[in-house]
Amino acid sequence: MAQGLKTIIKKELADHFSSYRFTIIFALIAMLSLITAYMVGINIKNELAGVAKPRFIFLMLFTSTGALFSLVQFVAFFGPLVGLVLGFDTINRERNEGTLSKLLSQPIYRDVVINGKFLAGVVMIAVMMISIVLVITGLGLLIMGIVPGVEELWRIFIYLIISIIYISLWLGVAILFSIVFRSTATSALAALAMWIFFSFFVSLGANVLANALSSDTTESDPDKVLQRAKIVKAFSLTSPMELYTDATATIIDPMRKSTRSMVSVGPMESISMARFSGPLPLSQSILIVVPYIISLIAITVICFAISYTVFMRQEIRSL
Amino acid sequence: MSTKTIIETHELTKIYNGQAAVDQLSFTVNEGEIFGFLGPNGAGKTTTLLMLLGLTEPTSGKATVLGLDPTRDPIKVKAKIGYLQENMGFYVDLNSRQMLRFVGELNEVRGEVAEERIENALQTVGLFEEVEKKIGAYSRGMRQRLGIAELLIKDSKVAFLDEPTLGLDPDATNRMIELIQSLARDKHMTILLSSHMLQQVQKICHRIGIMIKGRMVAQGPIEQLAQEKLGVDSEKFSLEEIYMKYFQEA
Repeated sequence: MAQGLKTIIKKELADHFSSYRFTIIFALIAMLSLITAYMVGINIKNELAGVAKPRFIFLMLFTSTGALFSLVQFVAFFGPLVGLVLGFDTINRERNEGTLSKLLSQPIYRDVVINGKFLAGVVMIAVMMISIVLVITGLGLLIMGIVPGVEELWRIFIYLIISIIYISLWLGVAILFSIVFRSTATSALAALAMWIFFSFFVSLGANVLANALSSDTTESDPDKVLQRAKIVKAFSLTSPMELYTDATATIIDPMRKSTRSMVSVGPMESISMARFSGPLPLSQSILIVVPYIISLIAITVICFAISYTVFMRQEIRSL
Repeated sequence: MSTKTIIETHELTKIYNGQAAVDQLSFTVNEGEIFGFLGPNGAGKTTTLLMLLGLTEPTSGKATVLGLDPTRDPIKVKAKIGYLQENMGFYVDLNSRQMLRFVGELNEVRGEVAEERIENALQTVGLFEEVEKKIGAYSRGMRQRLGIAELLIKDSKVAFLDEPTLGLDPDATNRMIELIQSLARDKHMTILLSSHMLQQVQKICHRIGIMIKGRMVAQGPIEQLAQEKLGVDSEKFSLEEIYMKYFQEA
């Protein structure tokens, strides 16, 4: 392990745990997930009263919408915010307080500073996600009285990993902004703009783009409709949120066979599909989502590559 | 005492945006001496220190610190040199013991050795009574002394002090000067002191170098410079007169 990495991680963790900002976010998320789990749990219990228990009922705790939305949707939308809040002032705050040059005049490499801060953030995110999932699992056990199966536990575990990667990606983005922008307010706003853009505007933009590209939208020609759906899909995949939603979809919801929202199915296919309407095995689910996970990791790595280059080139004089 | 060379630069040059911040700088600092690095603001003193630490790459020229090239071996150089920067930042939420522990860990100084050094350093710089206070509540003078304590934790034999007395009140300034003197005397530290507080420099420095607009216009013992510039060899001169003379000529 590079010299100083452990020390920096330790210090960052101590800072995180004692900061108000993290306490507030944590409280907010814990509260919301509690409410979500409770609503969903009650819903499922009522609906399933007197009905034979379907498989993977436990996973429905995470996927079915309670009052507003499910946990999976919730993490997809607001998880990024946690990453951003944890990282938007990582480097520029130290720069403004004059502690960055002190840190760098100690015998450590510059990248150790970024790595240490990122890893500490990832630990925080992991702690947060694991506790949320544990709370929901525990509540689910209490409300529904159903014990999750081994496969369900595996699926929850993989879902956790993907979620941690997804939020860490946004942490990476926030750290990049904290290096590029000198002012913490600017980097916070830039990061927020990025989040809003990718979470809300990309899906809107995808439709606009598809309308512009495909000749006539009112046409009921299946080829046209399919082509349009493909354009929408391709464009929205630039959004990490879309990647995350797709990556978790087949994992947490075994009844889904594909990440696509629209599948063209002929009448015969439809019959054969209905015959095999069982859940997808875990290995197949993983196979479908692997490319999405790799894309998420790739985006994080790109963020880091840019962070490193910018940070290494910055003159200490102006730090 | 043998005169081992600790710092040596050869035509060290740094160009920022087409302007030479440091221009063909050549000077040496010997073991055990306090070298006063004088010059107006923006003369390139800090830039020179940063190059000697390997925090900034020189555009051309060569520097050697303790036999190492700071551009190639920045980690080794930084491990051996204590740097007290101008306007130093501290983690205001920590107390001084936590801060020193953190610096110690970054320098691989841990456990009992670290605790012992921390106690000794706090005694030396006179912060023992305030150790439980958060650094945010420290006065400027206390912070500067904590900065010196950090050097003691590293147990560095060479220290770069960039404007250590800037913005301190007279009492704190005197305390700082005494502290710096004791570092050279008791810990046998070689000290490169950048400042434009001429009276203090005159009091404690063995040799000085005057830097103006990126160039070293004079270096040597104060008496020698007085001889050269003012033609007086008595003690009736002040460094300020010498300095102003050089400054007007440059």
